[in-house]
Amino acid sequence: MSSDRIKIVWIYPDLLSTYGDQGNTIVLERRAQLRGIATETVHLRSDEPVPPDGDVYLLGGGEDRPQILAAQRLRNDGGLHRAVQNGATVFAVCAGYQILGHEFGGEEGQPVPGLGLLDIRSYRGQTRAVGEVVSEVASELNVPRVTGFENHMGATAIGPNARPFSKVLSGVGNGDGQGFEGAYQGRILGTYMHGPALVRNPALADLVLSWALGRDLPPLPPSWSERLREERLSAVLSAANGQT
Amino acid sequence: MSDLPLRSQLAVALGRTAAKMSRLAGKGDGSVIGGRIGLRLDPELLTRLAKDRKLVLVSATNGKTTTTRLITSAMTPLGEVATNAFGANMPTGHVSALASAPSAQYGVLECDEKYVPQVLRETGASLVALMNLSRDQMDRAAEIWQLAGKWRRALAESPGTHVIANCDDPLVTWGASTASGVTWVAAGQHWREDSWCCPECGGPLDRQEGEENSDWACRQCHFRRPTPQWALHGDHVVDPHGRQIPLGGIQLPGRANRSNAAIALAVVAQFGVPPEQALPLLAQVKSVAGRYTTVEHQGRTLRLLLSKNPAGWLEAFDVLQPAPGPVALSVNAQGPDGRDTSWLWDVDYRILRGRPVFVSGERRIDLAARLEAADVQFTVVDDFEQAVMSVPPGHLDVIANYTAFQDIRTRYGRVV
Repeated sequence: MSSDRIKIVWIYPDLLSTYGDQGNTIVLERRAQLRGIATETVHLRSDEPVPPDGDVYLLGGGEDRPQILAAQRLRNDGGLHRAVQNGATVFAVCAGYQILGHEFGGEEGQPVPGLGLLDIRSYRGQTRAVGEVVSEVASELNVPRVTGFENHMGATAIGPNARPFSKVLSGVGNGDGQGFEGAYQGRILGTYMHGPALVRNPALADLVLSWALGRDLPPLPPSWSERLREERLSAVLSAANGQT
Repeated sequence: MSDLPLRSQLAVALGRTAAKMSRLAGKGDGSVIGGRIGLRLDPELLTRLAKDRKLVLVSATNGKTTTTRLITSAMTPLGEVATNAFGANMPTGHVSALASAPSAQYGVLECDEKYVPQVLRETGASLVALMNLSRDQMDRAAEIWQLAGKWRRALAESPGTHVIANCDDPLVTWGASTASGVTWVAAGQHWREDSWCCPECGGPLDRQEGEENSDWACRQCHFRRPTPQWALHGDHVVDPHGRQIPLGGIQLPGRANRSNAAIALAVVAQFGVPPEQALPLLAQVKSVAGRYTTVEHQGRTLRLLLSKNPAGWLEAFDVLQPAPGPVALSVNAQGPDGRDTSWLWDVDYRILRGRPVFVSGERRIDLAARLEAADVQFTVVDDFEQAVMSVPPGHLDVIANYTAFQDIRTRYGRVV
């Protein structure tokens, strides 16, 4: 048994928590606790050093300016880099996803250096992608179809060291013309989906937990999250079929 | 208004006819369609209608409809006041409001946050009241840091405009501080999750505990809370002369409305209406466009509370009947509500533990997942009526977001 406790670090909610990102933290805590795993959660403000001993690091969405500030501070701090070297799991959404890559587009579209932890490059797209998104997850991750809500100007291209997280069935996703949504590399996973994504997709939450704990987890009885996922999948896919 | 050019008079007349037809067809109060037709015929109509009047623009994420109503009520001693009482808060609504009160010397216009720069430029309003900024309907609204930046530029280019601003909200303070004159009101800030960073430099803000009249300052730069001239302290306001003004007579419930009242008092004082004259007029306002209204149905008394975003839900929780009083919640995600329901996870629902909670609306499953994660016991109902009939006769608090609120209001009687 590798561990019966888990440390969750929510990175910079004062800069990156615009889209209900707290939900991802709450659902990880909850799904761990329901299995008897103790949780410790740090809501890390941007003026505090990143503790290198976390098991899971969460990064959320944010406006352009806070995104640039967060990237600068995380680069200067270096704690997240050390944690990743130690094998920590990272789950990042939207602005947080872009920050993990080599660079992203700033408020005027200027390239801003990211953390280089995930082999992606993001840039400012032509139009804003806003709406429900449904995608089929890469089969090796063994997670069923996922649902979320996207709202981003940025587009993201995946480099050779990262892999697509999923293939878009409805919505825009990475928006670089390849038809993918999100990217992952080792135990680092990024996505444009809020919803929040780990709430709407319990199997994805369990994937993140199992990476962090280094073992498979027993299933949990169904919750309202499963109902929500089914309701969203059917609402979005039936609307998409109605259009064609 | 008789000195309007012929084309503008025609624009006003046609707009009025269209508004009337829209009302007769049962499609709302007609102010949007009327204004749209007027502006199409004369794009400068708003500027012409605003000329030679003293106008107040009222903007914020939350409370702008209510505060507009409070200010309008308190300005009645000055004579006729034009206002967009139905919440049509974009230029089309402003045109209708001013056109329908041609001889009013004063106007109080609720203004959508994004439209403040345009409406300020077109009307040259003498006063702007700015109250709070927080995350709201992110799929269609502007990002609030960016928005406050636009307010700064607009106010810098409007040197004749005086601002009444809530200095307990750092982003509002930053947005207002380029104005040539500002009256700072410590009107409180309860939702703080959008103001932990300095709007000026991005550094950390050090904030005092306490939700009202509490100091804040940037740790890295010069930006800090200005000294307020007016300050809200619980159930009274202290005015610039140090006099304590009791707010106990205000009928609208909760701390958010005491905050709105403090802003209203500071605004009308600028026009020479003293607090002692304004207070009884504020107290006459009992509900605003159906908000805070109670409706009777099958022996139940439903009180309707509108909440559209996390900060708004916090304010609604503040006025609930004490536990174990029952609560019915209803959430939709149509265009006016914002289609992204992620914001439900920014609201701390744990306060609802220990009372009967009913969940309805088109996005009731989103809400159910949220409440489950907060360990709140709840019942999901497919039809709102089931919630009403499930509680014993007596009081039922109802919190709903925009279109869900309108659905319930239409069903149980449009009491304004």
